Amino acid sequence: MKPAIDYLLHLADNALVLGQRNAEWCGHGPILEEDIALSNVSLDLIGQARLLYQLVASLKGGNCTEDRLAYFRDTHEFRNYTLLELPHHGPLSGYAQSSLDYGTTIVRNFLYSALMALLWEALEKSTNADLAAIAAKSLKEVRYHLRHSRDWLVRLGDGTDESHARVQASLDHLFPYTQEFWAHSPAEAAAIAAGIGVDVTTLKADWDSIVDAALEEATLKRPALSGYVTEGKQGIHSEHLGFLLAEMQSLARAHPNGVW
Amino acid sequence: MYTQSFNVPDSPGAKTVALAPSTEDPALQAAFDARIDADGRIEPQDWMPEAYRKTLVRQISQHAHSEIVGMLPEGNWISRAPSLKRKAILIAKVQDEGGHGLYLYSAAETLGTSRDQMLDGLHSGRAKYSSIFNYPTLTWADVGVIGWLVDGAAIMNQVPLCRCSYGPYARAMVRVCKEESFHQRQGYEALLVMMTGTAEQKAMVQDAVNRWWWKCLAMFGPPDADSPNSAQGMRWGIKRVSNDELRQKFVDATVPQAKVLGVTLPDPDLKWNEERQHYDYGQIDWNEFWETVNGNGPCNKERLATRVKAHNEGQWVRDAALAHAAKKQAMKEAA
Repeated sequence: MKPAIDYLLHLADNALVLGQRNAEWCGHGPILEEDIALSNVSLDLIGQARLLYQLVASLKGGNCTEDRLAYFRDTHEFRNYTLLELPHHGPLSGYAQSSLDYGTTIVRNFLYSALMALLWEALEKSTNADLAAIAAKSLKEVRYHLRHSRDWLVRLGDGTDESHARVQASLDHLFPYTQEFWAHSPAEAAAIAAGIGVDVTTLKADWDSIVDAALEEATLKRPALSGYVTEGKQGIHSEHLGFLLAEMQSLARAHPNGVW
Repeated sequence: MYTQSFNVPDSPGAKTVALAPSTEDPALQAAFDARIDADGRIEPQDWMPEAYRKTLVRQISQHAHSEIVGMLPEGNWISRAPSLKRKAILIAKVQDEGGHGLYLYSAAETLGTSRDQMLDGLHSGRAKYSSIFNYPTLTWADVGVIGWLVDGAAIMNQVPLCRCSYGPYARAMVRVCKEESFHQRQGYEALLVMMTGTAEQKAMVQDAVNRWWWKCLAMFGPPDADSPNSAQGMRWGIKRVSNDELRQKFVDATVPQAKVLGVTLPDPDLKWNEERQHYDYGQIDWNEFWETVNGNGPCNKERLATRVKAHNEGQWVRDAALAHAAKKQAMKEAA
């Protein structure tokens, strides 16, 4: 059961953390239509997280609930990719502040959605029937997220000199974090062995084609990869997740016996 | 979400609509009057008096601005919502408000004013939006109370607008009202659940009710006697029910809901009047209302500056989309 729980938590934490980030645009988008679109993406991701946490809670039994998992685990217990917890701006230390940057948001949503469009499709064949059902639902959603972020990536890349430079900078900042997608983790290996999970490295060639085609249309240059490979999926995060969780969990933790 | 009654002039000292007969083409005017008198609908392609058009643009754009500024006080709690279910409900709700803003800007555009022009009015501070959003959301209970009371008050104001004489506005309001009444029930339900919780949660709900109650009563706008644009609005079928009537209806509907919830309403003069068959209520602080309408409430500057910041910082994104679309178009034409 442990391989399943660890793997489901990885998928759930990915969805929740990116859902929390996307919702930060609600009320602050560059145009009203985008406030609405990003709220939709966020709602889909939070919906996916809830289904996955509910599945984990049913496997764990006892008094575990989706909210115990989302609100009462600490930073090192989260298993999301580091990419997804980063703030919507360029590289800055954890406690530095900056305005929301739409280019960062779009590049991140694109890179992740391109992966998940492949991964959810593969997970439709998971030996865990509940996960397969969640994958089927999530696949429909992520195809829309991919289309939305890809369209904007092309607009921003091909648009003006300023937008091109900005979105190229976002890509240069975020692309190295995608190395984590393909890095080995014991939890994923256990899930693959159990037939629950999918070996993500088998998806890399398809991911590369989706990414390269979009970058070409957007007139953007694919950054070369090297250096530190992030380890969020193993619980070793950036400085940013602590702040995200401190905010997200503050009210629930202030009233641990509250009913909502 | 909302209207406060939209008979507040946009900029201080702006002239109210004259009741004098129009100087425009008498035959067209007569046909327009006859349609209004017969409770018919005016559509975008129809002739209409300039003053009617201006009043509608002002009212619908104020309403649209209220929706998008109204995303901010509730959006303030999205990141901290105390459960995943409540987080999803709140995002969906704030998203609905954005959607209302979109339909309303579109309805106003049918009158020949662009969204950019309307946004410029908002960002420059000339155009008003509902004053209720110039108050802060201090605790999670505010989210529930806004749903219950603020959306509740908005529904009282807006249901009559579904019968407004201007077709696109009336049709937009049908959908807006359905969503608002859903929000109102969600807000009330969230509070009912909190009232089954800890003593701290119950205190949080009562505190939020105490802070929002009087602001909600003021949302209906000045008393009928002091309401400059109401008479012409009624004549035109833009306004159907007076501010005071709507306010009374709201009070009468809310008192029993407060009892079921288990909270008190912060008005010692609130009591049933057997003779009137209505609840009597105390004096609203109109001085505070006008101060807030005129820019001096607790959050006016923050709300406006936040809208302006989002707009300015999104300029490069909108420019990119336009530039890309123009390139695509040029390529299509060249092909």
